Formats: sequence, structure tokens, C-alpha cells
Amino acid sequence: MNEKENTQANQYLTFSLRDEDFAVEISKVREVLDVTTMTKIPRMPDYLSGVINLRGNVVPVMDLGLKLGMGPIVKTKNTCIMIVEIEVEGTLVEMGGITDSVQMVMDLLPEDIESVPKMGTNLNTQFIKGMGRQGEKFLIILDIDMVLASEGQATLRDMDAGVLAAGAEVASGALVAEAK
Amino acid sequence: MEYAEVFREEAVELLEELESGLLELEKDPKDLKLVGRVFRAMHTIKGSGAMFGFDDIANFTHHVETALDLVREGTVPVSKELIDLTLNSRDHISALLAAATGGEAADPERGREIIAALQAITSGASGKSGKSEIKKAPAAEEKTEGKLTHYRIHLQPEKVFFDDGGDVEQILGELRKFGECTVFIHQAADESAEDAESVWEILLTTKHDENSVRDVFIFAESSCKVVITPLAQEGKSDFLEHRKLGEILVARGEIDQDDLLKVLSAQKPLGEMLVDAHLVSRTKVEAALAEQNLVNKQIAVKSGKGVDSIRVASDKLDRLINLVGEMVVTQARLTDVSALLGDMPALVEPVEEVERLTTELRDCVLNIRMLPIGTTFSKFRRLVRDLSAELGKEVQMETEGAETELDKNVIDQLGDPLVHLIRNCLDHGIEKPEVRIAAGKPAQGTIKLAASHSGANVVIEVSDDGRGLDVAQIKQKGIEKGLIKVDEEISDLDILNIIFAPGLSTATEVTSVSGRGVGMDVVKNTIEDLKGSVHISKSVPGQGTTIMIMLPLTLAIIDGLLVKVSNTHFVLPLGQVEECVELSQDDIDHFHGRHVLSVRDQLVPYVRLRDFFEIGGERPELEQMVIVHNNGLRNGLVLDDVIGEHQTVLKSLGWAYRNAAGLSGATILGNGEVALIIDVPRVIKCAQQEEAALTEKVH
Repeated sequence: MNEKENTQANQYLTFSLRDEDFAVEISKVREVLDVTTMTKIPRMPDYLSGVINLRGNVVPVMDLGLKLGMGPIVKTKNTCIMIVEIEVEGTLVEMGGITDSVQMVMDLLPEDIESVPKMGTNLNTQFIKGMGRQGEKFLIILDIDMVLASEGQATLRDMDAGVLAAGAEVASGALVAEAK
Repeated sequence: MEYAEVFREEAVELLEELESGLLELEKDPKDLKLVGRVFRAMHTIKGSGAMFGFDDIANFTHHVETALDLVREGTVPVSKELIDLTLNSRDHISALLAAATGGEAADPERGREIIAALQAITSGASGKSGKSEIKKAPAAEEKTEGKLTHYRIHLQPEKVFFDDGGDVEQILGELRKFGECTVFIHQAADESAEDAESVWEILLTTKHDENSVRDVFIFAESSCKVVITPLAQEGKSDFLEHRKLGEILVARGEIDQDDLLKVLSAQKPLGEMLVDAHLVSRTKVEAALAEQNLVNKQIAVKSGKGVDSIRVASDKLDRLINLVGEMVVTQARLTDVSALLGDMPALVEPVEEVERLTTELRDCVLNIRMLPIGTTFSKFRRLVRDLSAELGKEVQMETEGAETELDKNVIDQLGDPLVHLIRNCLDHGIEKPEVRIAAGKPAQGTIKLAASHSGANVVIEVSDDGRGLDVAQIKQKGIEKGLIKVDEEISDLDILNIIFAPGLSTATEVTSVSGRGVGMDVVKNTIEDLKGSVHISKSVPGQGTTIMIMLPLTLAIIDGLLVKVSNTHFVLPLGQVEECVELSQDDIDHFHGRHVLSVRDQLVPYVRLRDFFEIGGERPELEQMVIVHNNGLRNGLVLDDVIGEHQTVLKSLGWAYRNAAGLSGATILGNGEVALIIDVPRVIKCAQQEEAALTEKVH
């Protein structure tokens, strides 16, 4: 049991958002789905994409790209919904996050993980658990509980706001159209 | 379940019973049956408290019981003082119970005070017992005592019992004082009379009730296994059928059914055969024969037994309800599929059957959670009694429809809002006795709590015959708070209903009871969280106020109306829907694009869901308007298409959408799509606020 937990603790699921690689602890992830029919909830922030029917349960889904202030996820054949289980106010809830693609499960030993740089990621540091080294590349390991449970956009990327907004409109339009 | 938990639940019920008994007794102090009821509740609390090791409770209750016993005997009269004290002891027991199950420690001083006061009353009264108000009369309790009952007592002392100097003979001696005793000793294999494994079996015929018999064992219970089984009672018995020896032995677990049948096939007397076959010992057979004889002596008419009930953990029920919910969804899907397949008689019939069965199953399962609302009513009687005394008012409470059933969850959450409304009635509504007399009303005010069914809803009305609400004062407050405009044309009833707005209190002075301006809006929010609504339905100056609460029967599955706007499906709770009408372009032009429609000469304002939910797209030429009732008013919701009735299994939208505007949840349709459930009062409230904000800007 202990051994299993240990291996699980060192395993991460990697995924991409707008060409950038991210990772979450595998123990948080319930399953990965293709994008299905989504019902948009009116009058809610853009990053809340809607709800899906997951085997009879209504599960809320979030656009991780928008949530992290990187612009919306544009739907392709690789687009996935990653269902994670997070703890909110003491209870476990299921939530979905839309990602550009889910890549693989990989081992990252504690020594492969660097602490979060105080600046330079353009992301709120409380959403980052660490930076995982993978050869020459680095992946951002997200604290998915914090990301999904926080209110508002997690934001603050040094990016042309106008470009971002324009992109958001086009792409969220695409996703909404898909849902219908 | 833990023993402590079992005791706690039982005690809570008994305390409720005690309270309602006491309050009735206060109204009718001569009713000895009520005295009996109160006494029995106390007695049982004491007994089971001692049994489960709640010694504080048992000790305290013992003193109260002693006092009540004197009342039962007629030595001590029922007085207001006595009722007060007994109610206080009820509260103290409740505090002790909370302390014993992990709550705050109870104040032992308070217990001593109550006991001292009780003793003062009883000693005073028993001195002049000849003058007691109540004459000794045969109470219900005594009637049962007067009858002969047979008990089978199974006594199996553990070794500790003898180590502690316990003596079975002493117990038997006490039992013999009660009545005729037949004792059998089933000795264990190694035969020493005081061996821990020996079992005493006593058949007792007595006029005393079970609790008195149980009391004999009160000290032995911790170190002995004691099982007391009533066998039969004169005149009334649940064990009246003649039972064969074999059945008795099987029921007692001495042999099993198979062994019995095997032996029965031989032809000797059964008892002999069983002994010969070494299945039971001779003494056991003799004991059983003696029992048979006793029961045979009783020829009684079987009286109707009360409804049996079992305790089930509520999470098991929740799971059952979830499963039924899923089944309802699947069944809807099945019906859809069979409709798609077209004319297939072989399929249609079973599908219809499944539909019927599912509906029936759903109703059955939901019914399990239903409880009569009367259980909460009795709590309020106490509140009214205590509070009216505190405020120097005379108030009686009337209830109606206590048998009306509601979902347990709803009942649990309804307590606080009702307490608040009743407090308001008492504090603001009902006048002081002298004021009432001056106004030509009886000195005693009345608060009425009435529950009734109305379609898929339960209506609860809280009314008083007090001074009524002051329309002018509320209007003034409303203007001060900016809730209404000075020159606004608004009906009196609409003005009254602004008391549900946050921060509005008309009480000029703040009392401990009310007046802090929190409350009515909390009441409204709680009720709306329960998918219900609350409004003032009537208020006549000098005659009183009536507040009406409407609640759905259940929160798990509702009957809904499935509608559509563009490609999004919505469900409206059917209980709030009044009718559906069409809205054509002509109608819209007729009112110059203003959002009102005349339906049978009544103006109905409407909200277009397409705009409200920002759905976009072209609206159809002929729109549908569903008229809903909300806070006693009629409003329209305009949408594209009405699809039909839908059994809606409510699902939460999830944590992320807890603030979703105008939506209370979601449901899954037969085709797997998610439909959103509209929270009608919120949509209308929200739309009103937005419109108000818009017009403000224009001005």
C-alpha cells in the first residue's frame, strides 16, 4: 500500500495548454474524456465552460486556458476533458478541465522538481506546486485544487490584452458552437 | 449503530413526547392519562439511561420521576409551578444528554436547583395529601398494571456477577414478591450451581408492568445477560395463538427448524423425543412446556397492533433515492428510444409497464422520507408558552394539519424560519392583554399554525389575531431604505411584502426577541433555498396577519415542465406553473414592446428567458409564455417551445456554479443532455433588479 502510494506520489500526468506543458499529480485525476456535449450555464464567467453528463452525474467543466489567463482552448481532435477530484470546503468534488491535449504519465522524483521561482512564470505562484525537469525542458506542476477552487481568473500573463480578448471571443464561440 | 447513539435517539424522542405531554397537561390538569404519559416517558428515560450507563441522566431523572409518581398517585396536584419545573427538568435532561454525547458540559447546579424545588413542592403537598386537587382514579397506567401478564425472563449471570457478591436467589426473592414464579435452572456442563455458564429461566406471572419487572434487575444488568420477554397479557395479547412446543423451542433458538421436522417425523411425544435425541436438555423442554401452558391459559382477542417501524440510517435512504433517481432517468431514455423505434407493439407494452412501475417506485421511495410536520409543531407550543410569559402576554397556540407530511430534510430546515415567524407574531403581532381588552378582543391572543397539501406543494400558514401590520410605517421604512419610491403606485400587499427585504425591521425598540432587522430576509432565503416561497397573504389592522409559506413536497425528484430556448433545455418546477399562453408579435406590438401581456384582463409582466440568460439567436415568430406564480403574483416567462411534463431528478450544478443566476440545479434528459432547472423566484427578482437599475440609469 505504502509502496503504491509512493509510486503514485511520484507520478504525474502531463498535458498541454496553448503549446506549453503542464503536469498534475496522477492521484488527482479520475479519468480523461473526449469533449462531449456541454451545456453552457448562462451568465457565468467565460472560463466556466458549462456542465457535462458524466454517467448520470452533472460535472462542471472549466477551460484551463482561460482560467490561467492564457487564452481559450481551441477545439481540435486532441482536445480533452481531464476529470479531477478536488477538495472544496472539506468535501471531494469532481470537476473537469479542458486541455489542448493530454500527453502521458511520467515519473518525477522529488529531486527532479525545483521550487517555484518567485517571479517570471507570469502565473500566480500559489497555483504552482513546482517546476518539473524533463531533460532540457521544464514543466509547470499545477496545484489543481487551488486552480479549480479559486474564484475568478487565475491570470496575469504579460500579454497583449487586446490580442487575448480577441482570441477569447473567437475560440469560446467555437466551443459554444460545438456544445450546441 | 453505537449503543450511545441508540439511547440518544430514543431519549430525544422521549423528551419530545414528555414536552408535548406536559403542555397538554397544563391545559387539562385533571387528565390522569396525561400524567401517566408524562410519567412513562420519564420512567423510560431513567430506565434506558441506567441501562446504557448514562448515570447522570438516570440519577437526575429518578428524582423527577419520584415527584411525578406522587402526582400520579394524586398526592401532589398538577400546578403551573410543577409543570414549569418538569419542563425545566426536561431541558436539563436534554443538556445532560448533549453533554454525554460530546457536547458542552451541563451545569450540575441547575440540576440540584430543580430537584430541590421539586422536593419543596412535593413535600409541601404530600403533607396535606388529603386536600389534593386530583382524586385518585384508575389511570390508563394502572389498568395495565391490574392485568396479569406472563413474562419469560432469561437470566445469565457472568462471572463478574458472582465476584461482585451477586446473589441470584435474592433477585428471585424479589421477583416472587411480584407474583407467581416458575424457575428453571439450565446448568452448564461442569455443574457447579454458581458457575458462570448457568442460565436461569424464570416464568413470571404478575400484575406489574414490564418496567417494574425490569427494575428488579437494575443492578444486575451490567454483569448479567437479562432478556425479559412478555408472553401474554390478560385481555390483550400479541402472543395469543396457541403455539406448539416445537415452535416455541425454535422461536427461542434452542433448536432449529430442520431438527424439529426430523424429530417430528418420529411418533413419540415431542418433548420426550427431543430429549432422547439430545437436542435439548430435559429442563429446557420442561420450561418450554410450562410456557406453553401459560400461554394456552390465555384466550384473548387479538387487538390491532400499531404500525411497526424500523430505524434506518439516513445515508442508506439517500443512496436508495439516488438509485431511483438514476432509474427514472434511464426509464425516460427507454421511453424515448421506444418512441423513436416507432410502431412496435411488443416493445410498447413492457416500456409502458416499466414507466408505471418506475413512477410507483419513485413515489414509494420518496414517501419513506416523509414525516408528519406535527413533530415540529409541538416544539413551537413550548416556544409560545415560554415567550408569552416572558413578554407578559397571554397567547395560545392552535395547530391544524399536523399530519401533513413533508420531506425530512425540509422539516429539519423549516424549524428556524418558523421559530422566527412565530416569535414575530408574539412580539409584534399579539398585543398585551389590556390593549386587547380595550380593543374589544379576548385577552388571550391566538397564534395558528396550519399545514395543508395543495397540489405538489405543502402550504403552511402562520397567523395571529393581533394588531396587524402597519402599512404606512412599512412604506415609510421602505422609502427610507430606497426600496420603494415616494410616489410609486403600489398595492398594500406589495408594501407589506417588503418586510422580507434585508435590513428592514419595523420594531421601534430592539428586544431580545426581535427588532434587529435580521430575520425576515433570512426566513425568505431559507425558504427559497428549499425551493419554496413565503409571503404575507393577509393583514388586517386590528385583526391580525397571515403569512403563507409554500414548499415542494420533496427535494429529490420534482415534476417539471420541460421547455426550450434556442437549443438549451430548461425545466420549470411544475408546482409553480399556472398556465401556458402564446405570445405573438401582435401582442408585443399592442403593448409597444413593453414586457407585459394582458391575460384574461389581468396584466402579467414577463421576462424573456432568451434575454435573461443571454442565449442569443433569433426568436421564433410565435413565442410561448409560461405563467408562474411567485409571491402571490403572476409573472410570465417567455421561451421558444414548451415540450411537456418531465419527471425531474434534481442534481446540483456543482460547487463552481453555486452562484449561477436564476438556476437551482440541473437534470439529465433521456438523451443524456443536461437541462437546467430554473429558480423561478430568483429569475423574477433578478430581472426586476436589473430593470430597475436600467431605468435608474436612463433617468
